[in-house]
Amino acid sequence: MALDSAHPATPAPATPAGQAPAERPSPTSRLRLLGTGDGVITLVLVVFLLVASFAVEGFASTRNTGFLLLDVVVIVLIALPLTLVIVTGEIDLSVASTVGLTSAVMGQLWFAGLPLEAIIPICLLLGGVLGAVNGLLVTRLGLPSLAVTIGTLALYRGLAFVVLGDRAVADFPRSWTTWALSGIGATGIPVVVVPLLVLIVLTGVVLHATPIGRSLYAMGNSEDAARFAGIDVGRTKLWLFVVTGVVAALGGVYWTLRYGSARADNAQGLELQVIAAILLGGVSIFGGSGGLVGVLAGALLLGSLRNALQLVNVPSDVLNIVTGALLIVAVVTPQIAARFRGRRPRGRPRTP
Amino acid sequence: MIPVPGETCQPRSTGVHIRVLSVASVTLDTAGRYPYGLRHTPCETFHTSEAVTLEPAPAHPAPGSVVLALEDVSKSFGAVAALRGARLELRAGEAHALVGENGAGKSTLVKILAGVHGPDSGRVLLDGAPVTLDNPAAARAAGIAVIYQEPTLFPDLSVAENIFMGRQPLTGGRRIDRRELAARCRALFERLGVTLDPDRPARGLSIADQQMIEIAKALSFDARVLVMDEPTAALSGVEVERLFTVARSLRSSGAAVLFISHRFDEVFDLCDRITVMRDGQWVSTDPATDLTVDQVVRRMVGREVASLFPKIDVEPGEVVLEVRGLTRVGVFADVSFDVRAGEIVALAGLVGAGRSEVVRAVFGVDAYDAGSVRVAGSQLRQGSPAAAMAAGLALVPEDRRQQGLVMELSVERNATLTRRWKLARFGLLSARSERATAADWTKRMQVKAGKLSDAVSTLSGGNQQKVVLAKWLSTDPRVLIVDEPTRGIDVGTKAEVHRLLSQLAADGMAVVMVSSELPEVLGMADRVLVMHEGRVVADIPRAQADEDSVMLAATGQAGRPAVAS
Amino acid sequence: MSSSTKAAAPAPVDVAPEHTGGRGAALVQRLVVVRELGILAALLLLIVATVIANPRFLSGQNLRDLLLSASILTVLAAGQTIVIVTRNVDLSVGSVLGLSAYASGTLLVNAPGTPVVLVILAGMAVGAACGLLNGAIVAIAKVPSLVVTLGTLYAFRGLDSLWASSSDRLQINAADLPTGFKSLAGARLLGVPLLFLIALAVVLLVGFYLRNYRSGRELYGIGSDPAAARLSGIPVGRRVLLAFVVNGALAGLAGVLYAARFQTLDATAGTGQELFVVAAAVVGGVAIFGGSGSVYGAALGALLLTTIGTSLPQLGLNPFWRDAAVGALILAAIALDRALSLRLARRLRGRNLRGA
Repeated sequence: MALDSAHPATPAPATPAGQAPAERPSPTSRLRLLGTGDGVITLVLVVFLLVASFAVEGFASTRNTGFLLLDVVVIVLIALPLTLVIVTGEIDLSVASTVGLTSAVMGQLWFAGLPLEAIIPICLLLGGVLGAVNGLLVTRLGLPSLAVTIGTLALYRGLAFVVLGDRAVADFPRSWTTWALSGIGATGIPVVVVPLLVLIVLTGVVLHATPIGRSLYAMGNSEDAARFAGIDVGRTKLWLFVVTGVVAALGGVYWTLRYGSARADNAQGLELQVIAAILLGGVSIFGGSGGLVGVLAGALLLGSLRNALQLVNVPSDVLNIVTGALLIVAVVTPQIAARFRGRRPRGRPRTP
Repeated sequence: MIPVPGETCQPRSTGVHIRVLSVASVTLDTAGRYPYGLRHTPCETFHTSEAVTLEPAPAHPAPGSVVLALEDVSKSFGAVAALRGARLELRAGEAHALVGENGAGKSTLVKILAGVHGPDSGRVLLDGAPVTLDNPAAARAAGIAVIYQEPTLFPDLSVAENIFMGRQPLTGGRRIDRRELAARCRALFERLGVTLDPDRPARGLSIADQQMIEIAKALSFDARVLVMDEPTAALSGVEVERLFTVARSLRSSGAAVLFISHRFDEVFDLCDRITVMRDGQWVSTDPATDLTVDQVVRRMVGREVASLFPKIDVEPGEVVLEVRGLTRVGVFADVSFDVRAGEIVALAGLVGAGRSEVVRAVFGVDAYDAGSVRVAGSQLRQGSPAAAMAAGLALVPEDRRQQGLVMELSVERNATLTRRWKLARFGLLSARSERATAADWTKRMQVKAGKLSDAVSTLSGGNQQKVVLAKWLSTDPRVLIVDEPTRGIDVGTKAEVHRLLSQLAADGMAVVMVSSELPEVLGMADRVLVMHEGRVVADIPRAQADEDSVMLAATGQAGRPAVAS
Repeated sequence: MSSSTKAAAPAPVDVAPEHTGGRGAALVQRLVVVRELGILAALLLLIVATVIANPRFLSGQNLRDLLLSASILTVLAAGQTIVIVTRNVDLSVGSVLGLSAYASGTLLVNAPGTPVVLVILAGMAVGAACGLLNGAIVAIAKVPSLVVTLGTLYAFRGLDSLWASSSDRLQINAADLPTGFKSLAGARLLGVPLLFLIALAVVLLVGFYLRNYRSGRELYGIGSDPAAARLSGIPVGRRVLLAFVVNGALAGLAGVLYAARFQTLDATAGTGQELFVVAAAVVGGVAIFGGSGSVYGAALGALLLTTIGTSLPQLGLNPFWRDAAVGALILAAIALDRALSLRLARRLRGRNLRGA
C-alpha cells in the first residue's frame, strides 16, 4: 500500500492515549460496500422466487422466465441512472416521457425513410438533449427537480404527440424486432439481458467503488459539505441528468423494437413503476442512501410478482394494490424498526 | 474605556451612542470585563439609546423561591447516556449559568426543559410540584421559554406571525385579528427597543435580529423561566449587551434566567449562580462570586488543562499564498495579503467584516469579481475548490455540521472524502485502502470514535472537528485555512487543536486562521490581519499585537496604514 | 427614541443601501399579488388571442363548458394546495377521485332516490377515508408523502378496478343514473354552472381558512420549517393529518362532480389527474417545498390549464400541443417564482446590510 505511506509529516499531538479505532475490514462491511445493505429486499425476492417456482405452475419454465425478464428490461435499464440521480437527492419524473418522445421520433424518422442505423444515434442524442434540458434547469437556474421534471414530463409527452399524433408506425424490419425478443440459445433468457448486465455492472461499480460514487452519496446528504470538499455538484448532477436522458432514449428504442410499434403514448406511466422499484429497493427519496443491488431486487420483485399473479389468474387490479402496499411497507418498516430500536428519541417521560 | 452608569459613551468605532443603562449594566462595568472588543460592532436594528423597561409581572412568586427544579434526571439515546442523575434548581429572579464541556449533557437538559425530550427517570418540579413536559406546548404553558443556539423561525411567515404563532389574537369568530397582531408586535418591539417591520418575512434576517424575535416571543407569553442556549455565539458585542439588558430586566421582574455559554466573561457578567456539568452528571452549583474562571474550567474538564496556546516560534520561509486586490462587490474589497511557509496568519475582525467570505473566495467556494490568488507563484483558477485543492489549499470551514462534514456518512467516508481520487487505483476504490487511511488519520488526530463505520454525527463536537482536520491534513496541503477552528468545542480539544496548528506551522505549513476569539488570535498568530467592513485595515506583527491594537483596527480606527507584506 | 437606529457607519464597500426600514410587508404582499396577477394576465391574454382567432369562443355555452371543465381540477387543486403548503404532496388524488366517482355512481344505481346532498357527503366520506389513510401513514410512520401517496395511487386505483370488476358493472352509464343527479351537470345559477359555483365556494372557503385561522397559519409554519414548527409546540402530526383528510374529502367531492359531469364511470376515471393537479398548484405559485402560495393562485392555475386545453384547437393548433404547452407553462412558472424570490431576497438583504 504505497498510497498509505504517502502522508505528510504530521505531528502526533502530545496528549496521552489516543484511542483511535483500528479496524480490519470485515466480510460484512465489504458486502455492504457492494450495496447489499438492503439485504432484506433481496431476501424477500429470493424467498418469493423459490415459493413461486414451487407453488405457481409454469413460473419457473424457460418460456415464462423469458417473458418475465423481457418485461423488466426497460424498468431495470432506466432504474440504473435514475438510482444515481435519486442518490444525489434529485429526481427525474420525465424518463417515461423521454421514452415516448424517442419512440415517436424513431417512428417518424423511419416513416421518413431513414435507416435504423442512423435513427438510433439520433434518438440517443435526442435523449441526451432532453436530459440536458432537465439538468440545466435544475443546476443552472436552481429550480427544484421535482417541479422541473413534472413540467418536462408533460412537455416531452406532449411533444411526442406533436411529432407522431395518435398514429403508430409499425413496419420496422423483422430482423430487428425479432432480435429484441430473441433468447440466448434455448435458455429463454433474452439476448438483451447481456448488454443490460454490462450496464448494471458498470453502474454498480461507478456507484459503489469509485470516487464518483462517493461524491454522489456525499452531495445527496449535504450539498454544502460536498462543495467544500471540492466536489463540483452542479456539473455532476448535470451529467447525471444527461446520462439519464440517453439511457431513457435507449429504453425508448428498445421499447419500440420490442413491441414493434412506435407510438407517442409508449411507456406512459412507466416513471412511477421505475421509481417504485427504486424506492422498494431501499433508496431514500431524500438522497444519500441506498444501493444498486436493492434496486435490482426491487425491480425483479415487482416484475416477478406481477408475472406470478398473472399466471394464477389474479386480476391485474390486485397487482396495483400489491404494488402500492409493498411500496408503503418498504418505507414504513425501517421507520418502525428504528423506533423500536429506540433510535428516534421520542420517549415519553415516566414522571409521576 | 469602561463606561460608568448614566454616562453616554461613544465607542471609538462608529458613532453609535450607548447610554449606559440602569443598575443592570453596572454588573458588567464594575466587573471590569468589557466583552471582547472584537465583537463590538455597530448595529442597525437596535435603538441603542433607549433603556429597556419591563414591568414586573405580578403573578411571579417572591424572589428567591425555587421556580423550576430537575431532580435526578436521566436520559439515554440508545446506548448513549446523555444525562445521568442531572439536577438543576432555578430560583425566581436569578440568572443561572449552566456550563460544561461539549457532550456534558447541557443541550439534552435544555431539551427536557423545552418538552422536546422526556426524561427516562427523575422528576421535573414546577413550583415544587411535579410536572410532565411531554411536548413543547406543555413547556410553554408552564411558562418556560427557550432560545436555541440557532433561531428556529419560519422563513416564509412574517415577523409578527413568527412571534405569535399559535397564539395570535382572535376576533369574535375565532379569526385572527391582524391589526391587533401587528399592534402587539410593535408594542413588544418598542419595549425591546427594536425597529423591525412586523410584516416583513423572517427570511433574510440577520442572526441577531432572529434572536431578538426569539426574545420577543419569550416576552410575549410572560415567561417565568427563560432558557438561553448559547445565544451569543453569533452575536456582536453591542448585540450581546442588548440581549443581556433584556435578560437582566426579566430577572429583576422575577423571572428565572438559565444561561448556557462557553464564554466565561459573559457567564460571570450576567449570572448569579453557576452550575457545572460533566459527562451528563451534576458537578456543582455555587454563587458566581465564589468562583474563578480557572476553578470552573477545572470542574468542567475534571483534569488540569495544558497551556491553551502552545505557540512555537518559527522562522517564516517562502511566500506560499499571495492574495491581490481580491474584491467581491458588496462583501469585501481590495483584499491583499501574503502568507509564508511556517507562518500562522490570523484574520481578525468583527462578525460580518468579511473574513469568512474572503477565505471562501480564496478556496473557490464563492466567486469573486476582481483580484487574484496565487499559490506558490502560480495563479489559481477562481470558483473551483477542486483546483484550489490541487494547488495545495485546504479549508476547514466555519460551519462544521453543514460545510465541514457529511453528518450522515461514516467517519471513514468523511475522513477520506477529500482523497477519494488519490486513493483510487485505475479509478476504483477499495474498502481496504479507504479504511486503512481513515484508521491512520483518526489515530494521528486521536479521534475518539466507536467504529469507523459509525455516522460522524454520533461523535462529539471536538471529535468531529478532528475528523474535519484529518480530512484536510490528509491532502497534504501547503496552505491550511481554518475558519473558527475551535468554535463550540470543549476546552481540552481546543488546546489540542492549537498545539496541532502550531506544530504544523513549525513543520513548514502556511496557516491562515479566521477567529473571533481574541485570545486565540493573540495567542496563536505570527501576524494579525485585521478586517473592517470588507477591507484589510491593519497588518500587525505578533510583537505589537495586543487587545488594544487589534480592537482599534477592527472597529475601523486603525492608525496604521493597511499594508500587505 | 432619540437617536436614529441606523448607525452612521462609514459606508461599507460598494453595498448599495437600498431604502432601509421600509415596508417589507408591502413588498411581500406585492410579490404575491404580482404572481397571481401574472397568471390572470396570462389567462386573459390566452382568452383574447383565442377570441381574435374565433369570436365564438366567448359564447355563453362555450364559456359554461370551460367553467364546467375547470371546476373539477379547481377543487382538486384547492385540496392539493393545503397539502403542498405543509411540505407534503398527495399523488393519490386521481385514484381517490376515481374511487369516489365509482362509489357515488354505485350508490345512485342501487338507491336512485338518494338526495344529491347525501351523495356528495358519501363521496367526500370515501375521499376523507383515503386521505385519513395517507395522512396517518405520513404523520405516524413519518415517511415521505411522495412515496406513500405513490403507493396509495396504485392501491386505491387497484381497489377501484377490483370493485368494478367484482361487481357485475364494469361501467356505469348515464342511463343507469337518476335524472335528478344528472341534471346537476346542467344546473345553473344566474347563468353560471352550479358545479363551478361549488368549486368557487370551495376555493373561497379554503382560502379564508388558510389565511384567517390559527391552524391554517400553522400549516404554513409546518411547511416553512418543520423542525421549528415542532419546537414551537405546533401539533405537526395532527395538522398534517388534517391536511390530508381535507384534501381527500375534496378529492372525494371532485369525484362526485366528475360523476355528475361525465356520467360514464369506470375504473379509469381520473387517471393521471395527479400531475395536472400538482401542475395547477405549481403554475399558481404554490411552492413545491411548502410554506408559501395561495389557494387562489392554484385555482387560477387550474383555470389556465383547462383554458389551454380548450383554446388550442380554436387557435388552429393541433390539440396534441396541449400537454406540451402545459409542460412549458410549468417550467415558466417555476422559473418565474425563482426569479421573484431572488429579487425579494436581494431587496431584503438591501435593508439588512451585513446581517450576520
